[in-house]
Amino acid sequence: MSMGELLPLMILCSSLIPGLIIFALSEEQHRLRSGLNMVGAVAKLLLVAGLIWGVYQEQVFEARWTLAPGLDFVLHVDALSVLFVSLSTLLWLVTTVYAIGYLEDSPDRSRFFGFFSLCVTATVGLAMAGNLFTFVVFYEALTLATYPLVAHKGTPEAVRGARIYLGYTLAGGLLLLIGAVWLRTLAGPLEFSEGGILGDIPGLDPDNLRWIFLLLMAGLGVKAALFPLHGWLPRAMVAPAPVSALLHAVAVVKAGAFGIVRVVYDVYGVEFSAHLGVLVPLGMLAAFTIVYGSVRALSQDHLKKRLAYSTVSQVSYIALGASILGPLATIGGVVHLVHQGIMKITLFFAAGNYAETLGVHRVSEMDGIGRRMPATTLAFTVAALGMIGLPPVAGFISKWYLGLGALEASQGIWVIPVLVASSLLNAAYFLPILYRAWFMPQRDWPRQMHIGYRGETLPSLQWPPVITATLALLVGGLAAAPFSPLEWVELIALREYRL
Amino acid sequence: MSTILIVVVIVPLLASLTCLMLPRLSDRLSLGTGLVQLITGGLLIQSLASGISHFHELGGWSPGLGIALRADALAGALVLLCAIVSLAATVYARRYFTCVETRYRFWPLWWLLSTAIYALLLSADLFNLYVTLELLGLSAAALCTIGAAKTEALRSALRYLMLGLVGSLLFLAGVSMVYAEYGTLSLMALAGQIAQTPATLVALLLLSSGLLVKCALVPLHFWLPAAHGSAPAPVSAVLSALVVKVAFYLLLRLWFELFSPVMTSLFATLIGGLGAIAVIWGSLRALTAARLKLLAAYSTLSQMGYLFVFIPVLAALPDEETRQLGFGALVLFALSHGIAKAALFLGIGVIQLQVGHDRIDQLAGSAQRFPIAFFAIGLAGVALVGLPPSGAFLAKWSLISNSLLTGQWWWMVVTLTGTLLAAAYFIRVLGAGFVTLGPEAPVKGVGVSLQAPALVLACLATFGLGLGAASLWDVLAMGSAGGQL
Repeated sequence: MSMGELLPLMILCSSLIPGLIIFALSEEQHRLRSGLNMVGAVAKLLLVAGLIWGVYQEQVFEARWTLAPGLDFVLHVDALSVLFVSLSTLLWLVTTVYAIGYLEDSPDRSRFFGFFSLCVTATVGLAMAGNLFTFVVFYEALTLATYPLVAHKGTPEAVRGARIYLGYTLAGGLLLLIGAVWLRTLAGPLEFSEGGILGDIPGLDPDNLRWIFLLLMAGLGVKAALFPLHGWLPRAMVAPAPVSALLHAVAVVKAGAFGIVRVVYDVYGVEFSAHLGVLVPLGMLAAFTIVYGSVRALSQDHLKKRLAYSTVSQVSYIALGASILGPLATIGGVVHLVHQGIMKITLFFAAGNYAETLGVHRVSEMDGIGRRMPATTLAFTVAALGMIGLPPVAGFISKWYLGLGALEASQGIWVIPVLVASSLLNAAYFLPILYRAWFMPQRDWPRQMHIGYRGETLPSLQWPPVITATLALLVGGLAAAPFSPLEWVELIALREYRL
Repeated sequence: MSTILIVVVIVPLLASLTCLMLPRLSDRLSLGTGLVQLITGGLLIQSLASGISHFHELGGWSPGLGIALRADALAGALVLLCAIVSLAATVYARRYFTCVETRYRFWPLWWLLSTAIYALLLSADLFNLYVTLELLGLSAAALCTIGAAKTEALRSALRYLMLGLVGSLLFLAGVSMVYAEYGTLSLMALAGQIAQTPATLVALLLLSSGLLVKCALVPLHFWLPAAHGSAPAPVSAVLSALVVKVAFYLLLRLWFELFSPVMTSLFATLIGGLGAIAVIWGSLRALTAARLKLLAAYSTLSQMGYLFVFIPVLAALPDEETRQLGFGALVLFALSHGIAKAALFLGIGVIQLQVGHDRIDQLAGSAQRFPIAFFAIGLAGVALVGLPPSGAFLAKWSLISNSLLTGQWWWMVVTLTGTLLAAAYFIRVLGAGFVTLGPEAPVKGVGVSLQAPALVLACLATFGLGLGAASLWDVLAMGSAGGQL
């Protein structure tokens, strides 16, 4: 086996194997469990560093395994996969640290961390999938691995939330499956390729392709929380904070958005999609979802729910970017995959800290929390400002490129107002939180966590949001530096448009 | 080389007799027998994969008089399935039946059932097939009564016996019609001769309906849920995983090999339609079932339905090569269901044994108390619903793809509806089990040896069959070199 075959498999195994071992551990072996988690996460990070270097040098990473005649299980790494793999790997490491602190002394941790690792394995597999079949396999695997995490607390409410989640995602998975099988019967093996494949196959009926596009988007839209398929997301908020963080920033929601990018660019091809006329409806829907999610977020008092509706809105930027023809819009959409992930995970870490340390779950309880937990609240502030789109935080870069791309494609007339409206709405639901946190007088907290020393919370809870907030500032401020997400996405855009 | 066929059939028969005469040895002997069967099954499939065909006439009597055994890839795959499932169930049964007396009565019947299954898979003429069918029905009905205290269980076992007899009698009538028409019962001799005469059609209908009773295809399904739902867990596992499956195997032999000139597309569509009803009806009943074992039994009904849905899709495929591939998917689906359903029943048995009941609305705390068994139930669910990476997923992909290729999109609709319903009834079980009990509730552990067989089977169905499926097509391609299928 050559390195090109081995590396993708090793990246999968670096979370799969620790996960499987963790299932077999007893509850008391928490040192071994945490150790395994950390070793896996760090090993994955090192392997991914090797991968980035290799892909930059245009090395080919591909592993292939025939499952049935005509159905190959393919792992193939291109520039887009690298972007998503690195994001998941980095945020997995941070979230693992956070989860170890968050779940200290709670029951069923072996089950939790086992499925947590499987969830990341599925996400990384999905990122490296080399054809639509493999993508579907990992997409479903991700659904299954997340269910026990959402239901983890075992309260009737958690089980209900998990059931709704599973209902939505399995139904979406089936739509995706129909689309994939149908397209497979018409167009062959569907190996992802930069610039798309369908445009080069003669004799395809455009009407069929439009129907299939609809099926694929409906299937992916469930996870990407496109309106009207977003209903599961606010209800899945019953999950523990690290799960919500991972779900919103990397795993589930992003899997849907990543799938949309894959189908538009690497299966249909963005120019061919525009030719079929399927991009405009997608863009309209994404624009509507952006505004709708923000409006719904305004009226949520529950902090995690407000963040959930904010995710509904923000993830649709990615779909919006994919639906505008032109490299600048592509850059704006794809880079938001990373930027939104880093910012949103910060917000969820902070929300989890408030809930764990002080029992604060609602916006109306947050008066003066900035003075009690300054580091966490500072991280929250940075991320919230980024979501609004203030420079130099990462979110600004995405919006800037989306706006430029819309102008370039002469669709500025409806995209720019959507972007402006979204920024205003974001400001309208984030700024009051910041105002309360920093400027209102402190009140009594619902409960106080016993920490045992002077500090705002446990270090393993405090540091992850600080680190990710710093990261959000760095990727925004140093966007022009080599190997920044923006630079990498420019490379992707060049390859997608065959420039 | 073909003596391996005799070994496959004789070893369980000897085990059955020995267990009857020397009950004290039976626990250890059974474990050994299970292992020997697994090894023999592996050797058989390996030799079939290398292109050797197996045919053996017992005692050298010519066909028509003596007993002939033969194995092709299809039979080999099912022999291996039976060996795997029965080894797991054997390991499990040693712990499941805690009463020694019960075990002494259990083992002879258990191995008799095995003998019947293997003999049926390998028999090469219609009369021997009838004999093995009778043996199968009798030993299976007797096993249903093991350890049964309730009259309800006895009643359903009796009904199972009666229905089995009706099925075999219909089959026997069909066999005599064939003999009257063609003067031979050897499958090989018959294969080239079957022509479209009225008598042949009647024979086909009699043979098919006899077997359809045993396969529990709607509307002949009414006996199955009670029988499979009230038998002891290892018996339920084998009934659902193997006994209905071997009846289906015989149908495949008849329809695709023997009577292929008589099979019309109308007949295939009719069978597929009944299968579709079974898929939907079985799933709906599983969705509302109050007990886990009943849910699993109704799930068997619906999963058997899929096998029949394959028939019209395969029949409509234009060329031999795609049909060959589609047939592989059908076999894969059968194997996947067999292993996963056995895992499900063994997992349910653990919970039932410890909690004393299997009511779904009182499952709270199971995920914490029986993590391994519950994980196995979840994994078996993945394979039964047909989600990746299970073997059933690949089979369903092929089924959907072929129904689109042949322009019969309605079979795709049936498949997807059934899949959604199956997901719904498994979500119900998972949701019930994930609810935690209050903090004061006792959390007690269960031995690993009782839980492990279910987990091993579930992993095999979900990961083994999914990732290793390609070799199945290789074996099937080699094994059918004789021109059949």
